[in-house]
Amino acid sequence: MANNYSAEYEKTSDALPGQSLDWLKVIRADAFKCFSDKGFPSLREEEWRYTNVAAIEKKLFTPQFNVEVNEIDKELLQNYQLDGVFTIVLVNGRVSLEHSNLEGLSDNISVLSMVDALDQKPELVEKYLAQAVNDKEHSFVAFNTAWFSDGLFIHVQANQVIEKPIQLLHIVTQADLLATTRSIVVVDEMAEASIIETYVGVENVYLTAAVTEVFVGKNAVLTLYKMQSEGDKAYHFGGIYVKQDKESRFTHHNFSFGGLLARNDIHTDLNVASECDLNGLFLGVKRQHIDNHTRINHAQPHAMSRELYKGVLNQRARGVFQGRVIVAEDAQQTNSEMNNRNLLLSNDAEVDTKPQLEIYADDVKCAHGVTVGQLDEKSVFYLQSRCLDEKTARNILTFAFANEMVDKIKVESLHEKLLLQLLQRFPQEGVEKSWL
Amino acid sequence: MLSIENLHASVGDTSILKGVNLQINPGEVHAIMGPNGAGKSTLSHVLSGKPGYIVTEGKVIYKGQNLLEMEPELRARAGVFLAFQYPVEIPGVSNIYLLKAALNAIRKHNGLEEVDAMDFLTLVKDKIKLLQMDEKFLYRAVNEGFSGGEKKRNEILQAAILEPALCMLDETDSGLDIDALKIVADGVNSLRSEDRSFLMITHYQRLLDYIKPDFVHVLAHGKIVKSGGAELALELEAKGYQWVEGQAA
Ligand SMILES: Nc1ncnc2c1ncn2[C@@H]1O[C@H](COP(=O)(O)OP(=O)(O)OP(=O)(O)O)[C@@H](O)[C@H]1O
Ligand SMILES: [Mg+2]
Repeated sequence: MANNYSAEYEKTSDALPGQSLDWLKVIRADAFKCFSDKGFPSLREEEWRYTNVAAIEKKLFTPQFNVEVNEIDKELLQNYQLDGVFTIVLVNGRVSLEHSNLEGLSDNISVLSMVDALDQKPELVEKYLAQAVNDKEHSFVAFNTAWFSDGLFIHVQANQVIEKPIQLLHIVTQADLLATTRSIVVVDEMAEASIIETYVGVENVYLTAAVTEVFVGKNAVLTLYKMQSEGDKAYHFGGIYVKQDKESRFTHHNFSFGGLLARNDIHTDLNVASECDLNGLFLGVKRQHIDNHTRINHAQPHAMSRELYKGVLNQRARGVFQGRVIVAEDAQQTNSEMNNRNLLLSNDAEVDTKPQLEIYADDVKCAHGVTVGQLDEKSVFYLQSRCLDEKTARNILTFAFANEMVDKIKVESLHEKLLLQLLQRFPQEGVEKSWL
Repeated sequence: MLSIENLHASVGDTSILKGVNLQINPGEVHAIMGPNGAGKSTLSHVLSGKPGYIVTEGKVIYKGQNLLEMEPELRARAGVFLAFQYPVEIPGVSNIYLLKAALNAIRKHNGLEEVDAMDFLTLVKDKIKLLQMDEKFLYRAVNEGFSGGEKKRNEILQAAILEPALCMLDETDSGLDIDALKIVADGVNSLRSEDRSFLMITHYQRLLDYIKPDFVHVLAHGKIVKSGGAELALELEAKGYQWVEGQAA
């Protein structure tokens, strides 16, 4: 399929990192072919039926490879850099070590930019790249594989525990930019880590297409946070693809606040007796469109998955939740619970929610529930009967609904940032920050 | 304090209150008894302004104001409090936050400044002791996961802190164990004063043994069919509602 991006790829692909590596060249070329054969996802595809990406196809976003140090947006940096964490800053799709801070990080934990990793440890990258996700998954994955400009390679060695989370702060500072990062996170046996992905950018049209592949080793524990607060006009496609080893634990917290159109994919493959928790909160206002797609693959027995996604949509915003749980024939003693609860604050807001359970084993405990509704009028009246005016009552109940997800966050600086975001995006009259 | 005249109210096409008359003076304790479905909760809901009821006839004057025209929160701020028969659970909103927000709304209404944080804590701890509740309840979400009895006690805690002028209790005694009933009754008794009135809805003499009413009314089929002193409750207990309903017919 011919689209604007083919010509651009021809022009720029030589400048991509790792093009001297034959194996990578092949992977990229195959990926680009996969992308150009298929084109961008269409509404005819089941997993894209609610999300129209035609606007991206019509435009041409272009990457920036050779700019040495990008001019950084100081305000964004200050606003979103968290306290009490290690920070890696990525500007316009490139790691900027200058703005990063890894002081005190143990030697047993390696944090490299993808560019450096391809240079210094290509065999390690080769071992993991495109192993947790296939380019056929969807076109944005292929697009990313073909075109990634940088990203992180994080490797936590066996038995290591990182005491502070690592924040990956993605900043976009330019209009029409294509920020394509590919990251790999490997947490070896018995190790523990937490990583915070933050996506922010200017109030201009740009495109983020990020893929993170995650490998959680035997008995290892990984908590991944994502706070997507892209600029109001941005397009965001972010996929997290996880492979869990035996008895591992993976927890994901997905906060989707920004962008004009945002799509989050979170997929995990569970191994024997492993556990995953997928939490999500998406807030939509004005004409925002936020699509969440999760897939939990119970391929092995004795694993446990819990999922709770909450959506709050106001004005003309539209939300999507598609949650798939697949329990293979061998995956006996599976325990799975999935919930999606949505609050619609206006008549024009809309949500499409589709939990999908595909169960091929017989000895399993699986539950799922979906609600779409307005605020509970009984609760509104209860608060009014306790002296609060109706508007305040509604604000408080909305805030409380969303806050359940924020409350789960124990990293203090992130918790505070999330609360602020919540307050900024919804009417806050009557809701004091101190109320918690 | 409160004067209800010929109050008729319905839900949709169903008429529930069919001409209630009731006069409550400052300091008085009124008990309302009556069979299930008589309209007792409906009366308390209409007085507190719960949406969904249509008042088709009659009027209610509270402290000289037309109560039925006031928004629910304005009634509450003016001192009308209802301890619900079925208190609502509000996940995500802590008890202490609601107490503080409610108290401040009343203070603002009365032209006072916000309550000082330390004073508030002292007040709350004082009242929570009075009701012999664990302080942990303050930091839990309003009624969420509370047992039936705990919810009722929590309603009285709110009353103790908000100090309403007209305190309506809808079956606050149902679901309380014997000890809890005594504690709650003591709490209510400590609130009794010359200028505070009570409207207690109950099915049981038990509560009235602890909180002695000045008047007892029987509400049946949407009307007060008999009124009397505290002794009426005892008589009812002995003879059942059929006795009054028979008399009224
Ligand atoms: N929303 C409603 N729609 C239809 N009928 C209603 C509604 N609310 C109340 N009713 C009816 O009105 C009548 C009075 O109800 P109410 O709850 O006031 O009774 P009550 O005297 O408090 O009874 P109980 O002693 O069981 O608490 C009942 O028959 C009830 O079914
Ligand atoms: Mg009742």
